[in-house]
Amino acid sequence: MTEHDEARPRAGWPLYEVFVRGKRGLNHVHVGSLHAADDQMALRHARDVYTRRNEGVSIWVVRSAAIVASSPDEKDSFFEPSGDKVYRHPTFYDIPDDVPHM
Amino acid sequence: MASVFEQTIARNERIEPRDEMPDAYRATLVRQIAQHAHSEIIGMQPEGNWISRAPSLRRKLVLLAKVQDEAGHGLYLYSAAETLGVSRDELDEMLRTGRQKYSSIFNYPTLTYADVGTIGWLVDGAAICNQVPLCRTSYGPYGRAMIRICKEESFHQRQGYELLMTMMGGTDAQRAMVQESVDRFWWPALMMFGPPDDDSPNTAQSMAWGIKRNTNDELRQKFVDMTVPQAKALGVTLPDPDLVWNEERGAHDFGQPDWEEFWQVVKGNGPCNAQRLAHRRRAHDEGAWVREAASAYAARSQHD
Repeated sequence: MTEHDEARPRAGWPLYEVFVRGKRGLNHVHVGSLHAADDQMALRHARDVYTRRNEGVSIWVVRSAAIVASSPDEKDSFFEPSGDKVYRHPTFYDIPDDVPHM
Repeated sequence: MASVFEQTIARNERIEPRDEMPDAYRATLVRQIAQHAHSEIIGMQPEGNWISRAPSLRRKLVLLAKVQDEAGHGLYLYSAAETLGVSRDELDEMLRTGRQKYSSIFNYPTLTYADVGTIGWLVDGAAICNQVPLCRTSYGPYGRAMIRICKEESFHQRQGYELLMTMMGGTDAQRAMVQESVDRFWWPALMMFGPPDDDSPNTAQSMAWGIKRNTNDELRQKFVDMTVPQAKALGVTLPDPDLVWNEERGAHDFGQPDWEEFWQVVKGNGPCNAQRLAHRRRAHDEGAWVREAASAYAARSQHD
């Protein structure tokens, strides 16, 4: 990397995805993204942008490029295996109404 | 046969970033979300003008928090726009070079401190009218950004109205200042909903795609009906001689803004267009050393 490249503002700042735990007992949930020069800056910016009103007790940031996602193009084939397994749901089983606590 | 995209829209389900979508749908969204984001960023300026002159520490804290929110809203929206395959730097550059627009309302000056209150009440009030239906827009990331924004806008509107109520309880000079401010902002606030439906060629397609949920005139009517009782409670007059309750329609009749003025401001000839862009460019240039320092620090930390 040349000095010139280094000085070019923001051109290389990676995109981070931000996940916030709203309160104890809940999962981290995706809330949006931001650009930052490094991980620590991403975390601080995430706090300023996404938790100005006590929306979170914990934040994860992860480089967007590091996320592996299923493709919407293969939606059908990818999720197809669970489509015909109705016996995985409790409603598949008939139990008489007068049997309690089922 | 209808495409997967068309079927998803017909089921009133959301389109997500990696779904296939028509090029025109993507382009419309980029234009609309970017314009919206730019409006939040430029929207910091008229009110920022009064931070150093706020009349008390309480008012200054409130104003700082509000202007900071506008920055946050801009960032939520840039984040949504980026999921469509444009980069933030690209969008920022389009704003600075005037190739993408922002809401014309921010090309009007804030001449008195009462304008801080009027912007909260009328400008943010109009924005809320526009934005609440957008929480149900067909593009997922845009709708989610709008939900966050709408939650925060309510604070903006209420702080403005409370500010005006306080001034209306003050001296005659303060009351006159509020009325003068409302007189200046009423028509530009009505223009925020865009041109009349007959003159808004993109509305039909945007509604068919579920990007827009209401027409410009519908939202303008809703805003007028909401605002009239608020003006009455505040004790100000809205500067429209044609504004009258229509029993038959169950809504207010009202006059039309000066659409010639609207188009002039859109074209760049409003009172503050040049000033707003010059300020944005200057802020960008003066912040360059911060961005460069952060990049250099990050590069050095990686090498260590």
